[in-house]
Amino acid sequence: MLSNLQRLLRYRSLIHALVMRDLKARYRGSVLGVFWSFANPLLLLMVYTFVFSVVLPGRFPGIDENYALFLFCGLLPWTWFSSSLTEASNSLLANGNLIKKVLFPAEVLPIVAVIANMVHFFLALPILFLALVFFASRLPTVGELLWFPVVVAVQFLMSLGFGLGLAALTVHFRDIKDLLSNGLTLWFFATPILYPWTMMAERGPIFFELPPLGKLLMDANPASHLVISYQEILFWDGPYGHWKWLLFTAILSVGMFFIGYALFDRLRDSFAEEV
Amino acid sequence: MSHAAITITNASKLYRKYAYRRQFSTLKSALLKGNLASELSPDEVFHAVNAVSLTVAKGSTLGLIGRNGSGKSTLLKLIAGITKPTTGMVEVGGRISALIELGAGFHPEISGRENVFINGVMLGLTTGEIRKRFDEIVEFSELEDFIDAPVKTYSSGMYMRLGFAVAVHVNPDVLLVDEVLAVGDEGFSLKCLDKFAEFKRRGKTIVLVTHGLGMVERYCDEAVWLDGGKVCGTGDPRRVVHAYTTDVEKAEERVLAESDRKLQIAVSAKGEVPVVVADQPVSNDEPPDDMFRATQGRWGSGPVTIDRVTLEHEENEAHIFHSGDQLVIRLEVSTTKLVTDFVFGISIFNAEGTCCYGTNTDIEEYKPVELVGTGEVKFLIDRLDLVEGTYKLDVAAHTREGFQYDYHRLLYTFRVKSQTKDAGIYRPEHRWIFSSNIRIT
Repeated sequence: MLSNLQRLLRYRSLIHALVMRDLKARYRGSVLGVFWSFANPLLLLMVYTFVFSVVLPGRFPGIDENYALFLFCGLLPWTWFSSSLTEASNSLLANGNLIKKVLFPAEVLPIVAVIANMVHFFLALPILFLALVFFASRLPTVGELLWFPVVVAVQFLMSLGFGLGLAALTVHFRDIKDLLSNGLTLWFFATPILYPWTMMAERGPIFFELPPLGKLLMDANPASHLVISYQEILFWDGPYGHWKWLLFTAILSVGMFFIGYALFDRLRDSFAEEV
Repeated sequence: MSHAAITITNASKLYRKYAYRRQFSTLKSALLKGNLASELSPDEVFHAVNAVSLTVAKGSTLGLIGRNGSGKSTLLKLIAGITKPTTGMVEVGGRISALIELGAGFHPEISGRENVFINGVMLGLTTGEIRKRFDEIVEFSELEDFIDAPVKTYSSGMYMRLGFAVAVHVNPDVLLVDEVLAVGDEGFSLKCLDKFAEFKRRGKTIVLVTHGLGMVERYCDEAVWLDGGKVCGTGDPRRVVHAYTTDVEKAEERVLAESDRKLQIAVSAKGEVPVVVADQPVSNDEPPDDMFRATQGRWGSGPVTIDRVTLEHEENEAHIFHSGDQLVIRLEVSTTKLVTDFVFGISIFNAEGTCCYGTNTDIEEYKPVELVGTGEVKFLIDRLDLVEGTYKLDVAAHTREGFQYDYHRLLYTFRVKSQTKDAGIYRPEHRWIFSSNIRIT
């Protein structure tokens, strides 16, 4: 396992080359080119602003005037997370000729999918910060912003874990592709991205001393802690208070990464035959 | 054993075969019963490579030959480390470059230049190494004018050339080549061969999978013949190639014999089953209007019949002959009543339908006297001086006036093999004579 991780370090130039290839290829042939990486989130922001301030105003009291901004803080990281998983799970099948015909370290492929989507997330950040400067009632403090890279790192590790595991399993069970796309939709609504987490926490029956069902669900969902962290850092007033849950998520992510990698390693020899 | 570049010890590769239904049910049953592990274990297996042991000495060139599906490519993938043997060991010393699929990993949307870098990194080069060799790679691929165009605009030949150029500039210790030399035009093929020769000179180990047997004889130090995943022969290339071609001829012989047999059953089922072997009426008493347009068939109204026709070589029934061999055509004939007017004829046609030779006993002035009961006619060709190809036979028994007793049109097939790839139909026995001022060997 450790020697495998060491090998991963040796592949960094390969990973670098493939991420660059993905980024270059994605917008090659389009007029705006890499500008789409900025334009996509900007257009998304405009659509949501229109929908929730003109079409459906007054849904969420308290944050209504800045709803689009709130949504944006959670939606960007979620986009990174969900497209990473979708692309990673399909990465081995999509590059079947590399697995079958070239001596190629297969784990590089899901890793590249996660990193390429992270780069897109980073490219969208300037739009997010511009939006904060123009629309937010307050700007995040430096102390809060220092937490930002930590949250990104935790999310990165978790995406890798899920990505590796899903990639390996999808080779054997093509069904995962369809299950995943529906599962991610469900997961999206279960995560407090469209609504503030306080709303979810209050839902559900209360039996005796047990906390509400909604809160249980949310606490068990690692993605919600990531999203809440982003929202607290970027959107909400006051110091970042969710760090205990972030720590919990970080430990979970390390575990997830090792489980995903171990699963990948276990099934590695079958890839060349099953792809 | 430091002089062995590749050591394969008793390696086997099993592929599993799933029934369609079974594959369909895997995820469901794996999830329901939780027996993921047992669902992933093979139930019906197929040995692609079966207990193969061989060593390849450092600096030598090995040719892998065998029929389609004999396990050559799987063995090559085992050596490359792309798949692992199910049992046994494969050890390779040094950096491997596998020319199994050229340009695998090229991205169609980005330029040739960028693809060279990415492909090079994939094959294990550092960016610095690629930069140093970049000009050499482009020059070798002859793509100077197109290197900045997206790869999707390349022709398949250009694509292959670039892939080949990158792969051979990886500077491997062991080069694995799977039938990729049919790349590009004549000029580029020669360049590829030169590159191989250079690899050989520099003491690199090469494993070559090919159907070009001439290449194995010319370039390889050793050949291995695989059949059904097993090693059938190994050693001197000429000897192994000869054993392999002999075996292929035997298989061909069986196929020809079988198809001839089917044809004859079809036409001899006179009147019982409608015969569909020809575009002209067959198996009836009247000859077709234009006899030479009939493709295959049998007609005639007796009483003389040709019951059996065999082609023989040295007393054995044969369908494969070598140019210059003896060929015997044996006809077993019978008649229901005494006949005094009869002619036997033979014609040989090549695959294009050209009559190569035709004769009969009347032309050669044999006078028929009488034929009763059964008999045998033998037609002997001492030297079958035909060029390589497939030939078909007409045999006939008729009267001197041309009334058909029994006519067999193109029902018998034989194949002529030759080492010399000469052209035409007929190869007269010949020799060349040069005056002393022409130096030729």
